[in-house]
Amino acid sequence: MIEIRNLKKSFGDLLVWEDVSFNIEDGETVAIIGRSGCGKSVLVKHLNALIYPDSGEVIIDGENIFELEYVALRKMRQRFGVLFQGSALFDSLNTFENIAFPLRYFTDFSDERITEKVEEALSLVNLEGTGEKSPAELSGGMRRRVALARATILEPDFLIYDEPTSGLDPQTSSEINKLIISMAENLNITSIVVTHDIHSVLEIAEKVVFLENKGLCWYGTVDEMRRSDNEELMDFITASEYQIRN
Amino acid sequence: MEALEKLGKYSLLLYRSLRSLYEVDTYKKNLVNELLKIGYESVPIVLLTGVFTGAVMTIQTAYQLEIAFIPISVIGAITSESLLIELAAVITSLVLAGKVGARIATELGTMRVSEQIDALESMGFNSVSFLVLPRVLAGLIMFPMLYIFASISGIVGGIVAGAMSGAIPPSEFIQGAREFFYPWDVTFGILKAFVFGYVITSVSCFKGYYASGGAEGVGNSTTQATVLSCIYVLLADFVLAAVFL
Ligand SMILES: Nc1ncnc2c1ncn2[C@@H]1O[C@H](COP(=O)(O)OP(=O)(O)OP(=O)(O)O)[C@@H](O)[C@H]1O
Ligand SMILES: [Mg+2]
Repeated sequence: MIEIRNLKKSFGDLLVWEDVSFNIEDGETVAIIGRSGCGKSVLVKHLNALIYPDSGEVIIDGENIFELEYVALRKMRQRFGVLFQGSALFDSLNTFENIAFPLRYFTDFSDERITEKVEEALSLVNLEGTGEKSPAELSGGMRRRVALARATILEPDFLIYDEPTSGLDPQTSSEINKLIISMAENLNITSIVVTHDIHSVLEIAEKVVFLENKGLCWYGTVDEMRRSDNEELMDFITASEYQIRN
Repeated sequence: MEALEKLGKYSLLLYRSLRSLYEVDTYKKNLVNELLKIGYESVPIVLLTGVFTGAVMTIQTAYQLEIAFIPISVIGAITSESLLIELAAVITSLVLAGKVGARIATELGTMRVSEQIDALESMGFNSVSFLVLPRVLAGLIMFPMLYIFASISGIVGGIVAGAMSGAIPPSEFIQGAREFFYPWDVTFGILKAFVFGYVITSVSCFKGYYASGGAEGVGNSTTQATVLSCIYVLLADFVLAAVFL
């Protein structure tokens, strides 16, 4: 379980948000929504201490991660897989080596075993035969899927997806959403999905965290969201031109 | 105040990379790669710089000594000593501040703004040991060697230019160079190259590692990396001269 307690973050004079608290239970899928620039990416980067807060705690299985020593922190980070907003593939390595990278450094698998695992991961994201290509030769959607394969290759406990479907066509988006659901179900992964696409939220999430006005504006299950009368939340949803109230 | 904060951040970065010196498995592959890039790939430009520096030095020394009644072998002595003690290390480093420093800052800066460094860290990697340490180590190892190449090519350039311009025959050049050869000059030159290699690679790593703000940010940190590298090389040169001479 991940407990987020009274988190506050600012960059210089710019307050991103404050007083953010919520819990992420094991195995559930949480969507973090909010308009562009409200600090969603910054928030998820706190979950594995890529960014440190001004104040507040992130407690994972009883431990405040901001107090961990670097070595212990790195151990903890290995429990996470992260799909970054811009994919963040290593451009000095080809597709195959990008996915193999965590295996080479964190397991003692043989080369055959690694090849096998990577091929398997590539076919899971429908990218058979692209192993030799460099990231620059792939389309945005393909890069996203390679990054997804890399993020899941070590079978993490927690998976963070930063806008996995933004900028993709509806079909590819829905393919990626299906992948997210199947990862969560098959590997029993706890997923944290940043998105501003309400369709994706309804498709994949169980809980919703809504950031607005420099704080946590609304937090609850997807069903509660359908029935909610929180004005900001309703504005956000209607702005996405989607009627969830029949 | 801001400068102090930067100094702190820089020291911390280097402390972190030093502390991960034992994580050989993390950086050995990158170290080999960097040794090739900083060392091997810089050899042509270093040789070229050396030859021309030596050649110009010889012709100018000959010109300056024309009226005096001193043995011409002194031209060889002055040229070779200037090369060994100062020019081979400093001029090569200034050239490499552009070549090596810009490459390092751009590489790391791009990795920073495209979240590749975050990706490394999020996998549980020590990104400093993976990226910064091998580059600084390669600088420490390779710059002294490049200094030696620059010195040798400089002296060869001097001999050739002296012979071609008729200012001094090779035998006299070599005799003069030998007569005034002090092993300390070479030790000092190697020490300088060692320090300059450290300055250039560490400053460029620092600028690249903490780049921010997209393509423009990377451009800025690359510019700063090369400019600051040059300034700090000159400063370090002065400090070393003041301390050791
Ligand atoms: N490293 C940083 N330094 C300074 N300011 C930052 C930094 N990272 C983010 N910010 C600022 O924090 C705010 C939140 O940024 P963040 O990237 O989290 O937004 P976001 O909600 O993910 O937006 P988007 O949906 O467009 O990705 C922005 O105003 C941004 O300018
Ligand atoms: Mg974002």
